[in-house]
Amino acid sequence: MCVLAAVGALIIGAFIAVLRISPLPPLRGVGTAYVTLFRNIPLTVVMFFTAFALPVLGSTNADFLRIPGLTSVFPELRSAFPFFHFALLALTLYTAAFVCEALRSGINAVPLGQVEAARSLGLTFAQNLRHIVLPQAWKYAVVPLGSVIIAMLKNSALASAFGASAVLMGVVPELVGQKDYQTEPVFVGVVVGYLIMTIPLGLLIDAVERSQMKAARR
Amino acid sequence: MSSVLYDTPGPRTRRITVIASILAAIALGYGLYRLVYQPLDRAGQLSMKLWGPIVDPDNKYFDQVWKILGDGWVNTLKAAGLSIVASLTVGVALALLRRQLRDLRGHRFLSWPAPAALLGRIGLAVGRAVSRVWVEVWRGTPVVTTLFFVFLVLPVWGIDFDDRMWFLVLGLTLYNSVVIGEILRSGMDNLPKGQSEAALAVGLGPALTSRLVLLPQAFRVMLPALISQVVVILKDTSLGGLVISYDEALGATKLMVEAFRSETPSLAIGIPMYFTIGIMYIAVNYLLSKLAQYVQRRVSQRGYRTAKQAVTPASVPAA
Repeated sequence: MCVLAAVGALIIGAFIAVLRISPLPPLRGVGTAYVTLFRNIPLTVVMFFTAFALPVLGSTNADFLRIPGLTSVFPELRSAFPFFHFALLALTLYTAAFVCEALRSGINAVPLGQVEAARSLGLTFAQNLRHIVLPQAWKYAVVPLGSVIIAMLKNSALASAFGASAVLMGVVPELVGQKDYQTEPVFVGVVVGYLIMTIPLGLLIDAVERSQMKAARR
Repeated sequence: MSSVLYDTPGPRTRRITVIASILAAIALGYGLYRLVYQPLDRAGQLSMKLWGPIVDPDNKYFDQVWKILGDGWVNTLKAAGLSIVASLTVGVALALLRRQLRDLRGHRFLSWPAPAALLGRIGLAVGRAVSRVWVEVWRGTPVVTTLFFVFLVLPVWGIDFDDRMWFLVLGLTLYNSVVIGEILRSGMDNLPKGQSEAALAVGLGPALTSRLVLLPQAFRVMLPALISQVVVILKDTSLGGLVISYDEALGATKLMVEAFRSETPSLAIGIPMYFTIGIMYIAVNYLLSKLAQYVQRRVSQRGYRTAKQAVTPASVPAA
């Protein structure tokens, strides 16, 4: 689930980031509204909203997520289990707002001289973005993006509240519900599982950050 | 950045921008109509039967709905306030403790007898390891797992509370105090070296250096990250209704949606209710962010003008 949500969030987040720096005020407004909306609303509310809104609107299984090319790559999307799709959708939309801010901080970190040099050569706004700014912005944005991905990994635990047992946290209610199971080993196992996922990622981000600082000093 | 990617617009560009803006606004309006309004209207979600309890004072459920929402928000703000105070307090203590343990890394207890000195060095090493593990465990565990742990495991160990709010406060504090501690510790580490050297030069020990000189400056420099974490705490109270059955704002909303459905099966009031509570969360958190930014500007103006130029790491709330 997290791979799908990460891919979706990166795509949507990049799109919103471009809106945010667009010369057209209405598009900037849309980008700002999206980020303000999803940064200030709890993920639980987003999940509840998708879980209740989509069935009412007739899309009981979030069928629009069954994109033909995508289902062959990710078999989970073929699943008829609706809450998986709802949680996936909520997690993607929510994380996209933070991806957008991470990318924007990357864009702001690109030295001004790069952009000015590109403009002096006659590049348009679109060309400037595509060839000069975004390639460098991705490099600067790797560290905050990694933090966003880690946060999303942990946020996926919320999906257990909607019966999506595809996530690690979904194990807990099922096991704790049975009286003959001790609760302590269940939690230790779950915590260790999440730490196994998050700590290596954190160390990787630290390594990337250190190598970037080393490169910057040269 | 946005003023550097393109030139200051001249007359022709201004005309093009106005035309393109109008066309973009029209496209956005049409998109909203097709993607939002029409599906809602087709599903009968815009009828006053569903929105009446929220927007119509004459509706028979109106008073009760808003009273429950008000009580829910009181519970949310109470839990959030207590969690914020506790997290800041414990976070400061954690930051100072970890920094102290690191400053004493080379301490050899030379004035102590040899066995006591060895025990002292071992004790410091154990303290560093324990504090590191504590930080990694609570930072790496999802908040919802922490809340489940606090609610289900602590009573088994004999720690129980009559008011469920305290389980929520304890869980949020365990997670957020660690994050706040790391924010403050990195803030202190990133201050210019001269600050701690000057403090040590006038005779302050490592503990007083951290507490009197570095911590106040770290607070100012890391204020944006601390503000983000405060918003995270407020958002995370919405987990209370999910995990602990605590009647905070979202939990109260969920109960009302279920009550309406059980009373009248055709009354699917989920969209109006969750939309309303979402708007309220956005408004509260947005106001909190603006208030905190105002406080930050005021604090910056009073002194330490260089704090405005300090590089703030990208703060990514982890909810």
